[in-house]
Amino acid sequence: MKKTVLNDAHRQAGAKMVDFGGWDMPINYGSQIEEHHAVRQNVGMFDVSHMTVIDVSGRQATDFLYKLLANDITKLNTNQALYSTMLNNDGGVIDDLITYKISETAYRVVVNAATREKDLAWFEQQIADFDATMAEQADTAMIAVQGPKAIETLQPLITLDLSETKRFYAAYNDDMFIGRTGYTGEDGVEIILASDAAEGLWNKLLAAGVQPCGLGARDTLRLEAGMHLYGQDMDENITPLECGLGWTIRKENLTFNGATALKALREQGINKKLIGLVLEGRGVLRHDQTLIDDSGNQGIITSGGYSPSSEKAIAMAVVDKEINEDSIQVQIRNKSLPCRVVKLPFVRNGKSLIEA
Amino acid sequence: MSYVPDNLKYTASHEWLEDLGNGVYRVGITEFAQEQLGDIVFVELPELDESYAQEDECGVVESVKTASDIYCPLVGTITAINEALEDSPELINDSPYDDGWIFELELGEDADIDSLLSAEDYRESIADEE
Repeated sequence: MKKTVLNDAHRQAGAKMVDFGGWDMPINYGSQIEEHHAVRQNVGMFDVSHMTVIDVSGRQATDFLYKLLANDITKLNTNQALYSTMLNNDGGVIDDLITYKISETAYRVVVNAATREKDLAWFEQQIADFDATMAEQADTAMIAVQGPKAIETLQPLITLDLSETKRFYAAYNDDMFIGRTGYTGEDGVEIILASDAAEGLWNKLLAAGVQPCGLGARDTLRLEAGMHLYGQDMDENITPLECGLGWTIRKENLTFNGATALKALREQGINKKLIGLVLEGRGVLRHDQTLIDDSGNQGIITSGGYSPSSEKAIAMAVVDKEINEDSIQVQIRNKSLPCRVVKLPFVRNGKSLIEA
Repeated sequence: MSYVPDNLKYTASHEWLEDLGNGVYRVGITEFAQEQLGDIVFVELPELDESYAQEDECGVVESVKTASDIYCPLVGTITAINEALEDSPELINDSPYDDGWIFELELGEDADIDSLLSAEDYRESIADEE
């Protein structure tokens, strides 16, 4: 199994390790719920070194990413970050990713671990038409520090003034690349640094009182924040327009991969949508549970779970567009239980937005 | 190594049984089982006075990670359920052999007590997984 450079540090911190797509990763360090609350109320950190970092540069780096990504890379300021999907020619989602603009001719892209091989192959195939080069940064580690106290906790450990790096921007602290981004719905940073520097930073953060958090808490935090998980909430069999990612699709110059398919789908009519759900009674909503309304319209839960911040079962689901939102029932084992439709996100700035 | 009390009986599906006398057993899930599940957030208890066959699904424990069936360890009738778990399912994490008990079972006449595992046998059965 593949290991990140922080593997020993996780074991020393008492992590329960699991096979996560071929990576030996911490699922929790004792209590996933306590880790979740640490990030909502204080500060936590995650080893996300399994993610893939790709640097793209060259005269036509922007042109390449304008073709590759369905969002609009040209609206970025230097150092700004962008969330986007990358589509195949049928409009299906190959992956979702974050791109940081380093300069007019250089970008840093972070893609998912589980999709690394196919992403790299797609990048290589697409970049061939452009005067640009790509280089995977394999000898890097990545630590996400997240929570309302993330910035004040990290600040004394670095020289860069973080107050000058706005949300969704990035900056360098010597060799450390610090993006004010994350996957929790809280303020915080994602730090990309040399592998051999990772354990030193991890230990400094530990000493500063930062709670190590596993992939379990990462999942409940991102679900509460209404953020998609690739492979669950979308994949190559669905377009962004049908799963709540229409807001990431640029409106002009529809020259990106998959644009033709999206245009055809729009003309023909989109018949699916993404909604947020809360279970009215007791139980837990889970990925793949089925939904039905009183007229037979259907849906499926793409991500579900227990929300520690609201103490309710919550889910994101892809449903028939015509579904009657007042009569949705979920099938859990042999029971049909009523669900309520709510706006995403479920939680913002540490507070549940679900009305009682 | 998870704690496995010597005075209890066990099943391969990670239930424990405490002999309360007069053919009544108290049932819960083991420390090993709760560690594997992680934080428990919901328990579906069996029905009071309901009869179950051995290995029938009689309840569900849901953690942050997954849903796991509880199997009736022997044929019998449910004589008590731990209603405290409805509001505080985490009792199973905090105290799996004590406050986190799940139900009490009055054994049926043909209950196969010999099919249960001793503490030693159960320790052996989980040794490979730990």
